[in-house]
Amino acid sequence: MPVLQDILVAIRSDADIVVARQRGRALAADIGFTATDTTLIATAISELARNIVSYARHGEVMMRRVETTQKKGMVIIARDSGPGIRSIPDALRDGYSTSGGLGLGLPGVNRLMDEFAIESELQRGTTVTVKMWLK
Amino acid sequence: MEVPILKQGRFLIATIQAALSDADLLQLRRALIDKVIHFRSQGVIVDVTALDVMDSFATRTLRDITNVIRLRGADTVIVGIQPEVAFAMVQLGLTMEGVATALDLEEGLAHLQQRTARKT
Repeated sequence: MPVLQDILVAIRSDADIVVARQRGRALAADIGFTATDTTLIATAISELARNIVSYARHGEVMMRRVETTQKKGMVIIARDSGPGIRSIPDALRDGYSTSGGLGLGLPGVNRLMDEFAIESELQRGTTVTVKMWLK
Repeated sequence: MEVPILKQGRFLIATIQAALSDADLLQLRRALIDKVIHFRSQGVIVDVTALDVMDSFATRTLRDITNVIRLRGADTVIVGIQPEVAFAMVQLGLTMEGVATALDLEEGLAHLQQRTARKT
């Protein structure tokens, strides 16, 4: 019986981005993802954690395994209490950025993972939830 | 984690040995550009074999390094991008347009030798 333990990484600086993706990679490998999917997951975590550092400065990344009767996978929740996103459709458009970055953070993460959901409220913060399922 | 930079004749070889934070990448950029100027190097190889993730920041920093070094009249080759890493980069929408890449150190050196042969 596997332990259903959450991994929580506080994001306060760019060094924490590395910690988050390394712990996420370890969990993904433990769940049984292929090397390719493990890398996709680690890359998605890196982008999500980077968004926190760039836009909100502080936040957290929570990772855990998920299991339904049909499938097994991993969920990653990146949460911050930063300024929030004014326009989610804009933020999900390729090439759009308000931080002077490359502007492919969120649409890129959306392409890397199987499921993608975002909630954001101005002055309250942003939560991005992504999932990948074992194929 | 500082990236060691080796001088080999007209070329510099930077071998990344572990995961790099953003600060480490910026440090690498600074150190490489300083050394290219100091040694009047004609070519630079950045070996990323050990990188298990190349996200938007890493890609942009490597592209910046290449562009600055090109303005100094030298060439840069990125070698050793792992297949899974390459796949993730493409999914993410990252490209390395205008940046030379090669399979490994040996091919990277061959590329530089060919590129700089005309100059000597």
